[in-house]
Amino acid sequence: MLVWLAHILHFSFFHSGPVRTALLVGGCAAVVCAVIGVFTILRGHAFAGHALGDVSSAGGSASFFLGISPLAGFLGIAAIAAMSLEFLGVRRVRDQDVATGIVLGAGLGLSALFLYFDITTTSTTGAAVTVMFGSMFALSPSLIWPSIIVAILGLGTVSVLYRPLLLSVADPELAATRGISNRWVGMLHLLALAGAVALAALSVGSVLASALLIGPAAAALRVSRRPCVAISWAIILGLVAVWGGIWLAYESYYWFSGNAWPVSFFVVVIIFAMYLLGAPCQQLLRRRVRVAEPLPEGTER
Amino acid sequence: MAYREKVSIASDGKRDGADYEAIAESRVPNYSAAIVKGSMEQTGTPLLSAEDITVRIGTRVLLQNVTFSIGPGEFCGLIGENGAGKTTLLRSLIGLQHSPHGRVRVCGLPPAKARDWVGYVPQKINFAPDLPLRVFDLVLLGCDGHRLGPRWFSRRLREQAHKAICAVGAEGFAYQRIGELSGGQQQRAVIAHAMARQPRLLLLDEPLANLDFRSASELAQLLGHLSRVHGISVLVTAHDINPLLSLLDRIVYLAKGRAASGSIEEVVQEETLSRLYGYPVAVIKHGGKLLVLPDVGPREGEDGCYVVPDARSAEGV
Repeated sequence: MLVWLAHILHFSFFHSGPVRTALLVGGCAAVVCAVIGVFTILRGHAFAGHALGDVSSAGGSASFFLGISPLAGFLGIAAIAAMSLEFLGVRRVRDQDVATGIVLGAGLGLSALFLYFDITTTSTTGAAVTVMFGSMFALSPSLIWPSIIVAILGLGTVSVLYRPLLLSVADPELAATRGISNRWVGMLHLLALAGAVALAALSVGSVLASALLIGPAAAALRVSRRPCVAISWAIILGLVAVWGGIWLAYESYYWFSGNAWPVSFFVVVIIFAMYLLGAPCQQLLRRRVRVAEPLPEGTER
Repeated sequence: MAYREKVSIASDGKRDGADYEAIAESRVPNYSAAIVKGSMEQTGTPLLSAEDITVRIGTRVLLQNVTFSIGPGEFCGLIGENGAGKTTLLRSLIGLQHSPHGRVRVCGLPPAKARDWVGYVPQKINFAPDLPLRVFDLVLLGCDGHRLGPRWFSRRLREQAHKAICAVGAEGFAYQRIGELSGGQQQRAVIAHAMARQPRLLLLDEPLANLDFRSASELAQLLGHLSRVHGISVLVTAHDINPLLSLLDRIVYLAKGRAASGSIEEVVQEETLSRLYGYPVAVIKHGGKLLVLPDVGPREGEDGCYVVPDARSAEGV
């Protein structure tokens, strides 16, 4: 272990500016996606999360064209798309996929238009790859603080809504009985989801954003019986995937004679492996013998 | 029995008139404690009163001038054929039904202000098998699920949840994922959730549906126990009222949008029930207990086809 750490430090892994930026922005994305991803899966909005990622590509490509911050582009379009989903009927189960599909189509059309403008007017030929699949080592250090602020806002929203959101996930009618507005809770969750998707799109690209949003959360949900445990596991898995992906991409420069493989590829591979490993862990968890015991007074296991 | 006496017995010494007063002052600023206290001190004041409830969905009048009341500690059944408006009425009583006309009061307060005193168990509960929520967590959410911000450790809340779990006999599966439990266990868990804030009134929408004989009987006994021992007023809807018959104090029945109520002896009669359901119903006395059964099953007609008796066959009853 020490040898391994010394190996990393020897190659100035943490002393590289682009690596530090990637670690910070990617870490923000991993944490906020993990927390919001758990609720996104539980609410059955995984497809909506994926669609928001794809739609946010319009914002990313527009930012290249307009010369504004890519985070602002991703976030702006993702937030507009989230509100569109809410108003078009993402609340009604039967209409969810229809509304999501319509918004997704419109967003991708807009994305195609802005990418066309990027290529024809600004000569930014790498824009499409950067927007769709990310380029973590090319992130500007000026994005660090905006990313941290977006992450804090997203996490703050979920923290404030934690209990109503959980009750709404368990059963909307039980939540309504307690005076919780399922509509407001759903709308604020979608806005927080837009923030998470924007950060994920900035890190691993808009197409792969859903992998970071859904993968760690889905793997964590397989092995957890409590929401806070699932969230904790999702954060750990998300950070391992993102930071591990960055390290592997950094190392791959030496493996393939000066050609580093994309970070996004390694991140997605790690997430996929985690999800596969979650299945046997889930089986092991189910096999555990549960002995009925009386509750100890005022204590919790 | 006076309301105050009933409340004192019911609350296990934990919630008496003074507690109501404190709750009213702290949580219901627009309604003075005097209103609540005054209503409590009046002997025979109903815990729940519904006056002239009218609900229209589109052009259809689902409920029309429905009026009834439930006293403290009373165990009432709400019966009626499919589509009679039982669920709509229950939802109106807790303020979930949009734009009902009429007046509902729980402990003298409108439903939105009396949420802490009403526990509700909805009809359709589908917990996802992978929902990372244990029974204990669901009951905790019954205590403070409406509050904003993360939950900090609270011994009082955990003890409150523990009491609710013990009250419904869910100790054996309190730490299991709720989605992995059987239907009967899930019903117990949701009743514990409803009981978490020590309500005075429990509304249950078809809690016995889809349960086997044993589970339905055990759940009915549990509801009777909660009503007797904890002094909670219960209003329960059920298609099969047999498991509840020995427990009910009164039956409220809905027919053609209107409601009427009566004692078991008045309502559980072949003529009344047949007219209510529009279908021949037999009431059998067996071993000192009443049993309600459909009077005629499918039978073979003259042309060899099976004939199911419809409402017309009950018109002459």
